[in-house]
Amino acid sequence: MNNIILTLFINFLKIGLFSIGGGYAIIPFIQEEVVNSHNWLSLQEYTDIITISQMTPGPLVVNTASFVGIRIAGILGAITATVGSILSGFIISIALYNFFKKHKDIDSISNILKGLRSSSIGLIGSAASTIILLAFFGTPSLDIKEMSVNITAILVFILALFLLRKYKLNPILIMILSGIVGLFFY
Amino acid sequence: MHLNKLKVYFLLFRFSFSISAFTFGGGYVVIPMMRKYFVDDLKMISEQELLDMAAIAQSTPGAIAVNIAVLVGYRISGLKGAIVTCIGTIAPPIIILSIISFFYQSFRDNNIISSILKGMEAGVAATIVDLLIDMWQGVLKEKNLLLTLMAPFAFLANFIFNVNVLYIIIFCSVLCLAQTLIKNKLGGVESE
Repeated sequence: MNNIILTLFINFLKIGLFSIGGGYAIIPFIQEEVVNSHNWLSLQEYTDIITISQMTPGPLVVNTASFVGIRIAGILGAITATVGSILSGFIISIALYNFFKKHKDIDSISNILKGLRSSSIGLIGSAASTIILLAFFGTPSLDIKEMSVNITAILVFILALFLLRKYKLNPILIMILSGIVGLFFY
Repeated sequence: MHLNKLKVYFLLFRFSFSISAFTFGGGYVVIPMMRKYFVDDLKMISEQELLDMAAIAQSTPGAIAVNIAVLVGYRISGLKGAIVTCIGTIAPPIIILSIISFFYQSFRDNNIISSILKGMEAGVAATIVDLLIDMWQGVLKEKNLLLTLMAPFAFLANFIFNVNVLYIIIFCSVLCLAQTLIKNKLGGVESE
């Protein structure tokens, strides 16, 4: 039992350490570890987890860790696997934060941070574009043949953006309202 | 004093927990929510700081949402704060996934849940675009051509050409470092 817990911890530590940038890029990597190397989940279960991960709050890594952990070793397994998956991010992000704070007077280092901020706009934009394609056209790819235009989603998007820009509405409220629209229109 | 600290921890836990519980569809959605609570309402951190944290969280291994929450907690009340926001952020997924693991097939095939989630996609997209507009205006204020070009460059590289995030981050960091070194060198020559 203890052995399983330790294996879970070490493997999710590894998954956490190599999952930089988040999102869809890390799906094959987690699959390699969880499905191919350890047979903790079948491929079908793993595909389900990705779907469920999009249907539930929380990052994909954390969701997978919780799900695999609980299936293999109960709630203790869920907690161990999850802590393993976030530990490296916890330590490294605080270390980087302190590094940038300590050297913020050095031009070259503060300029790197500015560059990271700029490029993160592009990367966030890339993630946002995937969500927009999925919401408006029902597919994350740019293939026109697979697209079907969803007018409701486009209207919700425009209205939500207007409310956010003009009235600074609470984003959680936006999520709840758009969820309600979904319930009635889909 | 002691009570005040407890109060801060409680606030940190409460907000990181509720933000995490509403973060459907990926790490970046937490940034607009963090901004709403920690920058606009509580005024515990500045918008600039939050964007720096987002940039660091994004360049670090692990889940972006967890990394940002850790940094916000760390900035507000040190290592203990970081642990509090971290627990607040991972608690909702652990609880929800533990429950779902028992009847996940019926959850996956539930029409009501999938309609609600389908509807939320457009809302998620709007909150992120709202944030992007503000971030972009911030970059334009720097009046630095390299920084201005870097955002669309990173976008194209990642979205159109599927370049790994790690390479984009390293490439941009090196460019920025080079820019400062060249600038300093030219500045040094001029002042001599």
